[in-house]
Parts: sequence; C-alpha cells; structure tokens
Amino acid sequence: MNRIDAAFDRLRKENRKAMISFITAGDPDLDATVELVLAMEQGGADIIELGVPYSDPLADGAVIQASSARALKAGARITGIMDTVRTIRKQSKVPLVFLVYYNSVFKYGVESFISEAGSAGIDGLIIPDLPIEERKDIIEIGDKYGVYLIPLVAPTSKDRIQKITENGRGFVYCVSTAGVTGVRQSLNTDIKEYMNIVSGYTKLPKALGFGISGPEMAQSYKAYCEGIIVGSAIVRTAAEAETRETMIEGVRSFVSRIKEVL
Amino acid sequence: MPETIMNALIELEEEFYKAAEDEEFIKEYRYYLKEYCGRPTPLYYAENLTKKLGGAKLYLKREDLNHTGAHKINNVMGQILLAKRMGKKKVIAETGAGQHGVATATGAAMFGMECEIYMGEEDIRRQSLNVFKMKVLGAKVISVTSGTATLKDAVNEAMRSWVASIEDTFYVMGSVVGPHPYPTMVRDFQRVIGDETREQILEKEGRLPGYVIACVGGGSNSMGIFYPFIEDKAVKLIGVEAAGLGLDTGKHAASMAKGSAGVLHGMMTYLLQDEEGQIMDVYSISAGLDYPGVGPEHAQLKDSKRAEYLSITDIEALEAFGELCRTEGIIPALESSHGLAYAMKLAPDLAKDELVVVNLSGRGDKDIDTIAKIMGVGI
Repeated sequence: MNRIDAAFDRLRKENRKAMISFITAGDPDLDATVELVLAMEQGGADIIELGVPYSDPLADGAVIQASSARALKAGARITGIMDTVRTIRKQSKVPLVFLVYYNSVFKYGVESFISEAGSAGIDGLIIPDLPIEERKDIIEIGDKYGVYLIPLVAPTSKDRIQKITENGRGFVYCVSTAGVTGVRQSLNTDIKEYMNIVSGYTKLPKALGFGISGPEMAQSYKAYCEGIIVGSAIVRTAAEAETRETMIEGVRSFVSRIKEVL
Repeated sequence: MPETIMNALIELEEEFYKAAEDEEFIKEYRYYLKEYCGRPTPLYYAENLTKKLGGAKLYLKREDLNHTGAHKINNVMGQILLAKRMGKKKVIAETGAGQHGVATATGAAMFGMECEIYMGEEDIRRQSLNVFKMKVLGAKVISVTSGTATLKDAVNEAMRSWVASIEDTFYVMGSVVGPHPYPTMVRDFQRVIGDETREQILEKEGRLPGYVIACVGGGSNSMGIFYPFIEDKAVKLIGVEAAGLGLDTGKHAASMAKGSAGVLHGMMTYLLQDEEGQIMDVYSISAGLDYPGVGPEHAQLKDSKRAEYLSITDIEALEAFGELCRTEGIIPALESSHGLAYAMKLAPDLAKDELVVVNLSGRGDKDIDTIAKIMGVGI
C-alpha cells in the first residue's frame, strides 16, 4: 500500500486531519533537509513535501522563490536530492512527496525521474505547472513505479474538477485561493463551499494549501478537508533561525503546534 | 501552466477564435492599425546601403515607423480590443526592451484601462526612456528583482500576478511565447507585417524576395513577417538570434543555436538550460532579445527546416546600427540591428537582382543611452 493511502487510513481511524508540511530540498543544504524532515516527522507531520528547487518557480511566492534560489546556490542537484531521499528512508517511513516543476522531470527524462524517485522512496509527485491535459502519461508511469501523481484543483477549476480528480491518486491538493504560494492572514475564498464542490466529485481526501500561516488558520479550515498543507510559513521559520539547532527545533515545534489542532 | 489559470486560457482561446471570425472585430482592429498606428508601414528600398554593399537589393520593412516605434503595437491593438470585448478593465504585461510595455501602456491609455507593466530591474536601468514613457502614459511599472531581473523573470512575475487577479485582468503577452493560445494569437496579430510586405514587394518588383530576414528574441516580429511566406518555398526565411559576446562565451541569448527542448512559460520549445532543466542566464546588448527561449512555432520551423536560424554578436549588431545611421539616416533598434547585420553579411555575395527584405522591427531612440555609453559619450 502506498504510504500516502496508509497515512489517510490511519488518520481516518484516529478521527484526525493530516498535517502536510513543505520544505525546499537543499535549503540551506541537503544534510539539513534530512534533519528537518526527521524533525517535522517528530513534530507530527503526516506527509512531507520536498520541493525540488527550480530556477523559475512560477507557482511560488517570494518566500519559496528565495528558498529555491538558496538551495540552487548551495548546489542542490536532482541526483543529490535522490540520495537525500534514500538517506531519509533508512530512518523514516513518513510519506514523502516531491513538489517539482515539469521541466525538471522532462529534462531528466520522465521515466528515469519517476523510477528513480520511486526506488529512492518517494510516494508521490506534485507538479504544479502541469495541467490535466498533459498528465496521462505521467499517471501511467507513476503507477508502474508506485509513485502517485497528486491532482491539483483551484477555486477557478469549476467544471474541470471532475476530470482532474477522476484519475486522482493519494489526495487532492486544493489550492486555497487564486494566487501563488505564500503566507496570508486570511483567504478570500469561501472554503466551505469550495470543499463541498470538490467532495461532490471525488472520495479522495482533500488537502488545503497555499497561504496557511499557522495553527489558527489550520483550526478554522480543518472541518472542511482531510489535510492542511503548510509551506511558506515553515520555510520562513527555518530561514529566520539564527543557528542550525534553533532552525531544526523551531521547525519541529512549529509543525507540532499545527498538528495539535488537527 | 498552473491549474488556476487553465480556465482563463480556455476562455481566451474561445474568445480569440470567435473574434477572429467576427467581421466587426476585424474591421475595428484594421481601423486602429491604419488610423492610430499608421499602417501600412513602407517597404523601403535602401538604395545607398545596397550600393555600398554591392550585391542584392536590400529592402527594409519599416516597422520602426509605427506609432510607439516598433512592431509591438500591432499585437497590442489586437489583444486590447480582445480584452475590451471580454469586458476586462485591467491589463498587465511583461516587457524586456520596454517597447511592448510602452505599446501596452498606450493601448490601455486609449481604451481607458488600468495597466501594470512588469519589467526586470536590469532592463529598467538599460531602458530608462521607455520606463519614463510608460509612466507618462499612466501605467504602473513594477520592478522585478527575482532571478536574472530581465525579460524571463518579468514574464514569471506577470504570470504570478495574473494568477492572483485572473477574474478581472487580461494578460497582454508581448511575443509569440507562453501557453496556447498566445503564440497563435500574437502571430495572427503580427502577420500584418508579412501580409503587407508580400503585397508591397510584388507591387514594386513583381516577384517575391529571395530572403526574408528578421531578429528573434521571443520571435514576434520574425513570426509576423515569416508567416505569410511559409508556403512560398523559394523564399528563404532567416531568423537572427543574439550571439552576445560570442556563442562560445556563455554570454548570449541564442536558444536555437545552443538550446535544447524544454518547457517554460507554458510552452515546449528550445531553451537555454542546463542538463537538469534549470534555465540559464542569458545576455545580449539588446534587452529585447535577451530571453532564454523562443516561440514554439519557430522551434517547429527550425525542426522542419523551413526557416534557418543564425546569430549575430553585439559588435556586429553595433556595426550594422552605425552603418544604417550613416548611409540611410535611419536609427534602428539594437534588436533590429541584428537582422540587419546578417543581411549586410549576406548581401555582397548575392547577385544584384536578388531581393532581400529585412524587418526593421523598431527604432533606436530607446537605445541611444546604451550606444552613447559604448562610445564613451555622456548625454
């Protein structure tokens, strides 16, 4: 069973919601990525997204753009990130998902990327710039290697939601608001209505992401979905830490404060 | 492309195809091209330069004589009219050299729309005259500091902003790049260059040219002039990229010569990228050619060998710039000087009855500061 499915099964039995946390692989370096993943797991993260740094992260706001640039400058490469995943897998069973822009997958070779990611221990891929029209091959290749292609819906998707979710695997990444990633004080979307619409099309767990700043927002939206995704707020917490120790501990405790409310 | 903007792209595609069939829309577009932009632009026989080079007859398609000083306005008029038809009140655009930004600010001013232009910090520095023009026209110019702070990053930032304002904002793309339907739409709004050229050369010479030459950044002026000649197999189509300091220096913007297939800004095309798909820094003296990719239809013309793509260095472009100023009294844009430079290399070896058309896509006023600096003159 894919570790993502197992996680949602367990959460359903526990009557809890998934805490899905994001960091950019290689920011500030790949050793820190291993430590941060383990710390987030310890803090209660149910699924962890690893951003594969990219030169042109179109779906990301300033915080993750800067994180991506730091990782690239520090020398993060896909081969090194695959090694990092293997290292994490020796010590952890937490579900791991790559957040990766399509050109990185395409240029590496779609099948090579997915097979290598799968054998390293990656459970799913989120490709934020690949619309449903271009996804069929990747879903099939992913199935061959046990790697889920996570479907993304947005508040503007409307009649596309059915098509997007009908071949979905793992969970539905529900983009909370029209815009890019980044910490927000509030969301301008009617989340309750939006989640209801998505539920009308699919039985897959729904995870809400983009703009969620911390425990308060997680608390107010958890009733409408099965998981909360937090990215920029974690990346910012890590980036603002003064020492390596406070970075690891800061991220662990931030994640645990969100998990507490879920 | 992110899912958030997919429905907007589908809606745009439907509206564009509807408009393209709507006689009223076409009539309005043509009216503004004629009465407001000053079309048709002349196809000028550059007699002095032809004599000096001693070979083929050189014709210049004078897109520099358009309102706002470049071919960019052709496309802007089409897209602004489409925005108006779709009921949008706000337009955003990216710009490199600033020509597309000025054209968009101009169109927005005339149709009473709010306008935001995204421009790389580095380009704002290089093209201060155009930045000032955009502001005078009432547009807000947003400085983009991410990445290399040039055209590619301006596109990224404009798209990010578009995603956040998708309901009420129209993105006026400046070149034959980006997600469908933009490459098709921009080509169709720029093909007027080639349609006129074809008609004018037939009128003047009674035959088609042997060569049509244009510079290629994203590729809108070149696609505009090439497209109506595609079926005329005897007409050689030559796109000229920026070789910057030289193709082997790593300081260039020649995505056809040195790039590989990849996906950027919603299109699959030739990109300057490393082996893991990270987009590389590009360089050219001309801000309008400074883009790490090229329109996908150009990539197709290269692969099918219908067009040939070559490159010209900064120095060669500067020489051509000076030559046209002195022999013809025309100050060309540095972008267009790349196309011109290749034509000047080619013409002397061709027979005197051979016809060469160069798309003089823009005027050089905006580049005067850059040129003066190179000459060591303070203005």
